[in-house]
Amino acid sequence: MIDRINAAARRVPTWVVYLILLLPAPYTFYLALSGGLGPDPVKPLEHKYGEIALQLLIAGLCVSPLRQYTHINLIKFRRTLGVLAFTYVALHLLVWALLDVQTIGRVIEDIIKRPYITIGMAGFVLLLPLALTSNNWSVRRLGPRWRKLHKLTYIAVVLGGVHFIWLVKGIQLEPLIYMAVILALLALRYKRLLR
Amino acid sequence: MAYRWKNTLTHKDVTPHAAFLNRRQLMAGLAAGVGLAGVATGALAQDTLEPNAYEDITQYNNYYEFGTGKGDPAKNAHSLTTSPWTVKIDGLVDKPGDYAMADIMDAMTIEERIYRFRCVEAWSMVIPWNGFELADLLAMAGVQYEAKYVAFETALRPDEMPGVRFPALDWPYVEGLRLDEALHPLTIMATGIYGKDIPNQNGAPMRLVVPWKYGFKSIKSIVRITLTDKEPPTSWNKANAREYGFYSNVNPEVSHPRWSQASERMVGGGLFAKRQPTLMFNGYEEEVAGLYEGMDLKANF
Repeated sequence: MIDRINAAARRVPTWVVYLILLLPAPYTFYLALSGGLGPDPVKPLEHKYGEIALQLLIAGLCVSPLRQYTHINLIKFRRTLGVLAFTYVALHLLVWALLDVQTIGRVIEDIIKRPYITIGMAGFVLLLPLALTSNNWSVRRLGPRWRKLHKLTYIAVVLGGVHFIWLVKGIQLEPLIYMAVILALLALRYKRLLR
Repeated sequence: MAYRWKNTLTHKDVTPHAAFLNRRQLMAGLAAGVGLAGVATGALAQDTLEPNAYEDITQYNNYYEFGTGKGDPAKNAHSLTTSPWTVKIDGLVDKPGDYAMADIMDAMTIEERIYRFRCVEAWSMVIPWNGFELADLLAMAGVQYEAKYVAFETALRPDEMPGVRFPALDWPYVEGLRLDEALHPLTIMATGIYGKDIPNQNGAPMRLVVPWKYGFKSIKSIVRITLTDKEPPTSWNKANAREYGFYSNVNPEVSHPRWSQASERMVGGGLFAKRQPTLMFNGYEEEVAGLYEGMDLKANF
């Protein structure tokens, strides 16, 4: 069974994963334009992109425990998931800045003044060098330092989880579940993280 | 009563339903390329206000007892039994007791009020409510001299309200007004929208509407009204006092820690609509500023 999954995964080129997981971006945008996201489409669009970004970051965190505990090997797609997550974070940021906040002065003010936005922005900034080095040339060039650098994901995903908990009104279940999953996945790496 | 509120928006200002939907389709097409720069400038004149479509008002709600998503209340609130309904009026009143909703409706005169509605999340709507002045209901119970505040409570029915299974807030939802705010002619108890019975997701059978305050002050599905001499607790203030004050007047100058209140998105404007500047007291400054004379609205936010 596991061998068959691994064999199938080997046959799937990464561009197929890119294509499939990018589809929600234009589709959600189309929904927002056509009234499919309700009468106030900016917020749902912004939230949807942010939510997908967080899901993809979490999916990326699942890759190595999956291999370790079940021997399902999806390591080939880990970078793909990371780049896709960054893409959705960037879309989330663009919708927020251009369609929601709308003025550059207020974007800067919000980043400085509102801690949950500061945290979200910090997460984006941490992901930036990771996205820039997600190519074969950088992997070869950086060598062992590449793995070290890409551990920034762990911090970025926690910031993303905190950003989500903080932005909702009152205590809501959904962001707490995300955070629990994130912390559980990081806990599985506890020993490796200490090294 | 000092004076009765005169509505400057009338039924003539309400866009006929079909025409409104047509116009929205047109606008959606235009907005993408042209932008709505011309429409968005300056203050919102009353006569250019366009009430939101019935669907927007009834499908886009915050009513956490039925879920925290904007569409959840419309999906879940059908389970709420709103008839029969009784409202307990107690505390510092001459005639405390359980008032049947049917008797309240018989005693009150329903009128239409087209009000701006501004949520603390920085979105807004224009809603044609039907209802009666809270002052008239309080007069029915006979407010005693020592009363200074009015406390309200929402129904708490775990069997009918799926949202209360999770402690998003400390249930039941409670709210309060100072007595002069409660007696102000702008303050109404809404029992309808667009001439129809108010849907459950909007707070059936009877909700408060205080148009110069953030939407969460306008408590829904009221089961209890208590006259007191002490400032009553309010749900959002209990949840996060730093962010939600007792007064919660719409005020573009007092920034909420998480959302700037200087501008707002008009619900129904589409993806590319420009934000509108928020008006002091949500545009009712002339009518209500006097209530807060001498008060520091930054401290009493």
